[in-house]
Amino acid sequence: MTMAVALLLIVAGSVLFHVFNPWWTTPLASNWKLMDDTLGITLAITGLFFIVINVFIAYMLVRFRHRAGRRAAHEPENRKLERWLIGGTTVAIMALLAPGLLVYANYVREPRDALVLEVLAQQWQWRFRFPGEDGKLGATDARFFSATNPFGIDPADRAGQDDLLIAGDEVHLPLGKPVLVLMRSNDVLHDFFVPNFRARMNTVPGQVSRFWFTPTVAGRYEALCAQLCGVGHPNMRGYVVVEDPAAYQAWHAALPSFAKSQAKAPEPPAGAAAGGGGARVDQGRALADSKGCVACHTIDGSPRVGPTWKGLYGKTENMADGSTALVDEAYLRSFIRDPQARHVKGFPPVMPKIELSDEELAALVAYIQSLGSPPAQAAAEQKAPR
Amino acid sequence: MNTPAPTGHAVPHDDDAGHPAPQSFLSRYVWSQDHKVIAVQYACTAIAVGVVGVVLSNLMRLQLGFPGQFEFINAERYYQFVTMHGMIMVIYLLTALFLGGFGNYLIPLMVGARDMVFPYLNMLSFWVYLLSVVVLMASFFVAGGPTGAGWTLYPPQSILPGTPGHAGGIVLMLVSLVIFIVATTMGGLNYVTTVLQARCEGMTLLRMPLTVWGIFVATILALLGFPALFVSGVMLLLDRTLGTSFFMPALVSMGQVTGYKGGSPLLFQHLFWFFGHPEVYIVALPAFGIVSDLISVHARKCIFGYRMMVWAIVAIGGLSVVVWAHHMFVSGMNPYFGFFFATTTLIIAVPTAIKVYNWLLTLWHGDIHLTVPMLFALAFLCTFLIGGLTGLFLGNVSVDIPLSGTYFVVAHFHMVMGVAPLLVVFGGIYHWFPKVTGRMLDDRLGRLHFWITFLGTYAIYFPMHYLGVLGMPRRYYNFDGYKFIPPSAFTMNEFITVVALIVGVGQLLFIFNLAWSAWRGRPADANPWRAASLEWQTPATPPGHGNWGPQLPVVYRWAYAYGEPGAAEDFIPQNAPPEPGAGEPEPEGQSEVRGAPA
Amino acid sequence: MSTALGRSQAGALRGAARGGRPRDAHASAASIGLWVFMGVATALFSLFIVAYVMRMSGDDAITIALPWQLWLSSALLVAGSVALQWAGNASRGLDPMRARRLLLVGGLCAVGFLGVQLWAWQALLGAQVMPAGNPAGSFFYLLTAMHGLHLAGGLAGWAWTARAAWPDPARAAWRIALCARYWHFMLAVWLVLFGLLGWVTPEVARFICGTS
Repeated sequence: MTMAVALLLIVAGSVLFHVFNPWWTTPLASNWKLMDDTLGITLAITGLFFIVINVFIAYMLVRFRHRAGRRAAHEPENRKLERWLIGGTTVAIMALLAPGLLVYANYVREPRDALVLEVLAQQWQWRFRFPGEDGKLGATDARFFSATNPFGIDPADRAGQDDLLIAGDEVHLPLGKPVLVLMRSNDVLHDFFVPNFRARMNTVPGQVSRFWFTPTVAGRYEALCAQLCGVGHPNMRGYVVVEDPAAYQAWHAALPSFAKSQAKAPEPPAGAAAGGGGARVDQGRALADSKGCVACHTIDGSPRVGPTWKGLYGKTENMADGSTALVDEAYLRSFIRDPQARHVKGFPPVMPKIELSDEELAALVAYIQSLGSPPAQAAAEQKAPR
Repeated sequence: MNTPAPTGHAVPHDDDAGHPAPQSFLSRYVWSQDHKVIAVQYACTAIAVGVVGVVLSNLMRLQLGFPGQFEFINAERYYQFVTMHGMIMVIYLLTALFLGGFGNYLIPLMVGARDMVFPYLNMLSFWVYLLSVVVLMASFFVAGGPTGAGWTLYPPQSILPGTPGHAGGIVLMLVSLVIFIVATTMGGLNYVTTVLQARCEGMTLLRMPLTVWGIFVATILALLGFPALFVSGVMLLLDRTLGTSFFMPALVSMGQVTGYKGGSPLLFQHLFWFFGHPEVYIVALPAFGIVSDLISVHARKCIFGYRMMVWAIVAIGGLSVVVWAHHMFVSGMNPYFGFFFATTTLIIAVPTAIKVYNWLLTLWHGDIHLTVPMLFALAFLCTFLIGGLTGLFLGNVSVDIPLSGTYFVVAHFHMVMGVAPLLVVFGGIYHWFPKVTGRMLDDRLGRLHFWITFLGTYAIYFPMHYLGVLGMPRRYYNFDGYKFIPPSAFTMNEFITVVALIVGVGQLLFIFNLAWSAWRGRPADANPWRAASLEWQTPATPPGHGNWGPQLPVVYRWAYAYGEPGAAEDFIPQNAPPEPGAGEPEPEGQSEVRGAPA
Repeated sequence: MSTALGRSQAGALRGAARGGRPRDAHASAASIGLWVFMGVATALFSLFIVAYVMRMSGDDAITIALPWQLWLSSALLVAGSVALQWAGNASRGLDPMRARRLLLVGGLCAVGFLGVQLWAWQALLGAQVMPAGNPAGSFFYLLTAMHGLHLAGGLAGWAWTARAAWPDPARAAWRIALCARYWHFMLAVWLVLFGLLGWVTPEVARFICGTS
């Protein structure tokens, strides 16, 4: 009896929970409404089965509970009933599968004239690339990867020279135009997932994967990584800004091309140790990008997975064990070389050991140093966000 | 029916004389070749390792419910907990317990054999399994700790810096899996051959209880499916240790161009899931079989549609090898594969639904006793229903696209593979404990354990589906700064954590009950549930060496002779000779025995 | 007559009716067990073969020249199969010495096979074909190692059989027959792998995968 009541309460509770809970799909901002509709159809059909079957069980527990003197009936089978049940279930399954496959057929059929956007994934940040005037993305290969060429674009490929590069984590898209997203990864599997767009796909190193969608609502949407890619996985964040075509054009026009980025990038000077401070800081900035430091360290003062670099140099850092340390060159060098040796209070000790030559290390340290001496001690102690 | 005179039964293949009972403590309880002892060894090891798995899950939930409050749970350790929890539960607990625990104990008893056909190999399989557990646990203690690559161990990240345990932990994990596969193969050879070869007279395949069918088909799946894990595991091990490029394309790791080239991460996924999907049925099919028996015995009613149930088990097993890429809909594989795998996945829902209907129809017009095993069987129906239904969301490719990688998937597989089969494990143990030990498990403790577990796991996993629909991603150490996740979701996570801790601690009730009742439980008679199947008809309880005494049993009917019209009792044991003149209605085909009297 | 018998007895007698020999239940069980294990090994090698074809269709795969030692090892394996088959026949006859000799030869051929395979490895390493570096090399070492391990397991079974069969080969005829069956299986697997390594080149693999 208790079990029957429990089952009825579970059914009632689940239905009420469904009706009153605040969590459902994020507001749709793309053309894939049919995915939501198919989700709704599936919910309706499965919800019906769930309610009916559980209520039926509860009924039977009461009606056929053991009572003295009663015996169970002898019903080993009923071919006709079985056939009806199989038939009915098959029909219900087809009712689910048909819309699902129809929507999927749309998904795999990419529109011509879609705007091509390349998403490049790397532990633990997103980068983006647009083809230039020629409409073609330049060829890439891992062997071309370097601190100054994090996209790995083949410098000998003419099609790549005019590609437009976005090194930060925010990309803009024009409202209403279909986008074909071509995805690559420099290292491991990732997944570019913007919940509002519904459409998404894994990025796979060694191949190009793809999906398409049309943004239909303007806004700034969070992109997350949805395929486990190491300890920085939860912090691999990006943003997609959908805006009217005019604003998009303005943003797009200001993007640097690959050719320009190669021209600006300084050759590692032969006598770098002697000085050339400005060039070294630039090299450090490029390294911070290509090595992925920016995934966890900001330069604008906001704490992320790791402490912000703004004002880091020269401050007194608190360690988790209660000790303090002055952030000077020696501190930075030893910390970068062996991140696990020390644990800064308020931050998770997840910094990976990154391969750097001595020269690269000097450049990086110079860059961090350039981001300012510590602010006045009125500044509150940094804490990682909750 | 002319029955053979019992005295003619000194059959030469009955090797009781060839294998005298072991005498020393070591040969009886440690290096035992007795399937009953080996089963208990498997079960105890699996349960112990399962407790580790529960502790790991509670640690994960502490971080999810109270992010950042527990400093020792940093991101690296979190991913190590996630990975080890998953691998332990799926492989080292559920697979080992259903096949090595239940399979070993029940198969010979249910088919009327004295033991498994290869007792020495059976003994070896346990010790090799134990070795695999030791190697796995050793990965906690190597430099870098255990692997944190997720139980699916996807390359390239699983063997690259940036993932915890990429140096030593992953190597030990893979070696442990290879050893486990050897153990499972040894055990599997036993289970399959014993079912095919060692059934007693009168025990046709279609008179076997569904528990045996479930474990039998699951074993075949295991024998054919684990090689895929072996292949992928060995190749991943070589990629890691020798620098081969089976799965590793040209890539840049932590800013350095590596020496790998040309490998395919998707190849690993295909191989892994070619194993991984049958694996879930390796866990589910024995559960299906056992729950059929629990419902039948405790509702005093023959299972409805026995033949259809057998065909459904076989069909599910067969179909399970053509659905694997539904785990890969967003993997970047050839998109046209999605059509095929969505279709096969939804087709497999049909035989599964038939089983659910038949369980319901068994209860219909039954004589339902709400014993503890029956409670667990009913809870299985409720939770498997929801777990199976949510599978329809994920199997339908276009609905899966936004749900993949979110908590919807986590909720689905925990319900359908964690909660439901585990409820059957508990129900099965409460059911067969009296046969194994001669004592009953305490009833009140059992009911308390039941309610905490059933209501608790429902409260944990039902709401989790909604977090997934929202888009909350899985395998996230924390969710700082994501604006699309409302604060209410964090409150929900807190709630789920608290319930999970209660359920976790509540399992101690079960462990205590097991230990206490084995020692001091109420003595049980030989067949306390008045069940018809053969394992309850042994001359001694617990069954002695050789199970059946001097003569093997002879079987005259199927395992579900409950509520037979005109019979004196509401059940007739499988080996009770038929009343002369009484026509026993038995679904057609059951009485065909090759080589037996017409 | 069949009424008083158990299933396996009846099965054994059916075997007799077909011209086989009545075997006791343990022999039947061992035979079934071996078939099942061969099924498992077939699944394993089939999956390796699928992985091979898929990987070899990649852009970076090249063909390697197989060392001549593989022809020698193949011949040894054929000889071993033949010897064990004859040993099985002989053990049922009246010449136990012949059975013992052939049993020994069968085992030694397998040992010889393993030795020559290692020699082939040496030759390839000498030609600078390493396990890492190219999938053809990686698969060569991997597949020959897997096959070798299975054969080594078979040798363990062979040693057990030799021990049991030495005093009276006729009584252990079924064991020798099982060894022979496993040897034939190992030969078949080897021939398939040899063909794969030698003739399924990247071009063929690409053709199979449809990516040429």
